[in-house]
Amino acid sequence: MATITDPPKGAFRLSMLINDTRYRSLTFQFIALFLLIALFAYLGSNLVANLRAAGLNISYEFLGEPAGYDINQTLIEYDSQSSHWRAAVAGVLNTLLVAFLACLTATILGTIAGVLRLSNNWLVRKLMAIYVEAFRNVPVLIWIIIIFTIMTAVLPAPRAFRGDEPEASMLFGAFAFTNRGVYTPLPIFGPGSSVVIAVFIASIVGVFAYRRYATKLLYDTGRLLPMGWPSLAILFVPTLLIYFILGRPIGLEYPELRGFNFSGGIQIRGSLIALWFALAIYTGAFIAENVRAGIQAISKGQTEAAASLGLRPGRIMNLVILPQALRVIIPPLISNYLNITKNSSLAIAVGYMDITGTLGGITLNQTGRAIETILLLMLFYLVISLGISALMNVYNNAVKLKER
Amino acid sequence: MSDTHQNSIVYVRETMLPEAPPPATETGIVKWMRENLFSNVTNGILTLVSIWAIYQLVMAMGPWLMNGIWDAPSLSACREILQGEVGGCFAVLTERWNQLLFGFQYPDDQYWRPTLAFVLLFAAAAPIMFPKHVPTVGLYFTAVYPFLAYWLIWGGTILAPLVAMAGFIVGYLVYSRFVAQSFAAGFFGAIVAAFATWWIGGMIVDLVAPETTVLSAVESRNMGGFMLNMILGTVCVSLSLPFGIALALGRQSSMPIIKWICVVFIEFIRGVPLITLLFVANVVLAYFLPPGTTFDLILRVIIMITMFASAYIAEVIRGGLAALPRGQYEAADSLGLDYAQSMRLIILPQALKISIPGIVNVAVGLFKDTTLVSVISMFDLVGMIRGPILASTEWNGVYWELLGFAAVLFFVVCYGISQYSQWLERQLQTDHR
Repeated sequence: MATITDPPKGAFRLSMLINDTRYRSLTFQFIALFLLIALFAYLGSNLVANLRAAGLNISYEFLGEPAGYDINQTLIEYDSQSSHWRAAVAGVLNTLLVAFLACLTATILGTIAGVLRLSNNWLVRKLMAIYVEAFRNVPVLIWIIIIFTIMTAVLPAPRAFRGDEPEASMLFGAFAFTNRGVYTPLPIFGPGSSVVIAVFIASIVGVFAYRRYATKLLYDTGRLLPMGWPSLAILFVPTLLIYFILGRPIGLEYPELRGFNFSGGIQIRGSLIALWFALAIYTGAFIAENVRAGIQAISKGQTEAAASLGLRPGRIMNLVILPQALRVIIPPLISNYLNITKNSSLAIAVGYMDITGTLGGITLNQTGRAIETILLLMLFYLVISLGISALMNVYNNAVKLKER
Repeated sequence: MSDTHQNSIVYVRETMLPEAPPPATETGIVKWMRENLFSNVTNGILTLVSIWAIYQLVMAMGPWLMNGIWDAPSLSACREILQGEVGGCFAVLTERWNQLLFGFQYPDDQYWRPTLAFVLLFAAAAPIMFPKHVPTVGLYFTAVYPFLAYWLIWGGTILAPLVAMAGFIVGYLVYSRFVAQSFAAGFFGAIVAAFATWWIGGMIVDLVAPETTVLSAVESRNMGGFMLNMILGTVCVSLSLPFGIALALGRQSSMPIIKWICVVFIEFIRGVPLITLLFVANVVLAYFLPPGTTFDLILRVIIMITMFASAYIAEVIRGGLAALPRGQYEAADSLGLDYAQSMRLIILPQALKISIPGIVNVAVGLFKDTTLVSVISMFDLVGMIRGPILASTEWNGVYWELLGFAAVLFFVVCYGISQYSQWLERQLQTDHR
């Protein structure tokens, strides 16, 4: 016996917009949309009125005008006559540079610290716990300032390297740590260097091909080829041979003390180093926790099962634990990379010219175009964030446990 | 069998041997060290390296801390007292203590007010943080505290916070009167009633506000030092909780328009750095307000940081909502509860409990991020150190003492909060593991 009653078929009445659940959601959405549009209209009309009162307009023409300021460290050609747009691009590249360096360093640091936190060595475990807690609980801005202070106030001035008995000396005769930055050798690519690089890239491909072949051979015939030494040999021997046959086409230009400053080599400014290491050490502490949680998330039974199959400890880690732990570790790792990229906007505190320093700093102050520059700035960070999130979703779907 | 043995075995001991002590390598500190420090060669090397690192650190920090000068008028005086020995010049902390805590513009004779507000903060937080150990009556004080703290810190007429509080009381009365009929009626009725009270109260305050007040008014731009970090941190975290819950519910909603409004807001805020939002507060927000209105930089910053925090809290709470078993939602529906009732009585209490660690993480992160306001030239703790103190002729060059102090201060607060959250997690654990 069917007891379900049909929905009432009566004519539509106005009160049903509030009382009937079928229509109520429509009412709510309509109100929300109306309020949203009203809010934007209100803000927009205020904006128009304010701009008119100030005699301003919204225009991006200033991007084509000469910027008129210098950027002390750029990856592209730039001088003070270049346009604001080019300054912004230089800033974007600087942001990406420091974000890349910091992500790399943070991953290495975090992995080491995370694994060591699970070490069976009591002292190391405690030291790593102190590292993680100390760096997670202090603002990254303070760490940036502390490292920047070391770079500028503690390191010797270039003139300390002068004289017969200098107060400071260069490390290996190649690296100079001064309060104007760190000077490192610069590789000079002579004629024929492209051949060397091509050979090196070919050897990398060769290594992968060899390892693939070895795996295939193992699965097909059960014969185990050595992996370690042949890979190293394939990687380095041909490149070194070509390098010396061609008469060492790639040289190094060492920094030299000329007058009161160093010249030649690469100058890495203290601001870049401060930002790079502060972000790396700070985020490394968070990554260490992720790594630890990821490894601990794999149940002990997995290790024991692998051991009872007769695998060696190294192989248990590589073949059983890590593939499963990575599924847990990678998503928070990526969001830490995002945090690094966003936190790199703190560059403005130490004068590193990233996108916030160029577009959101000097360009904004010079042109007074606050709305346009900040809109562009937000757009840039949004594109990066959403792009990385999209990649992460693809990855998550790829490694998701395939359940029935 | 026993017979054969009786003949073949010459001697059988019939009493137990007394227990022998374990070998020296298997007891006490030696065993502990063998197991925990030198279990194999790699571990031994790691231990020695760690000991060496600790030794270096102690040798570098020890004399600096031990020889510290706590009483001197300037850095050069410090150096004279030290006479070339290694030692920290902690005199800067004692001499500039008030500036570090309250900024350099807060009136000297009124320092007791923010201090009292800070002490009362613990009393107000206790009933929420330790509900099992503090009587429920304390919640009344918690409810009064925001208005009391505002009055203490900003001063001025007491009528303004009283009217604000009256608005909330009227709103709550209207809500409790109508909520039995329908949640929506109670909720929107409460909002309307509160705004009406504030509007009327605002007019009354304008009319009757006395010229002289018990506590002299302090302007927002005079706030500074660690006090500013504390104000921004507590205010923004507490404000962002309700907004975060609303956004999370909106994002889970089945109504597409509401869902997408929430998604766009959350993803936008989470996609940009806090600094750009602070820039918006500093230079852009004024363009979007009616011509001629100006309001405090602090208030603008609070609005932006609250938006920022609520987006992150919304994501944490969404995780909690998603982690609840589907059966809870279905059970609430099958009891005949409507949306508001099922959320209020069944879903949110459980979802919020799951989200506590995440919310605390966001709160700690946000508190650390309050230092970013120094970038838009507000004088919080970091701003004070980098600005007025390091730029002064007396203390130019005292980096480590000041930065170390700031680091320690933040560490104490943040570490304390995270320890509390771990304790709370253990308290709330009701499942049997």
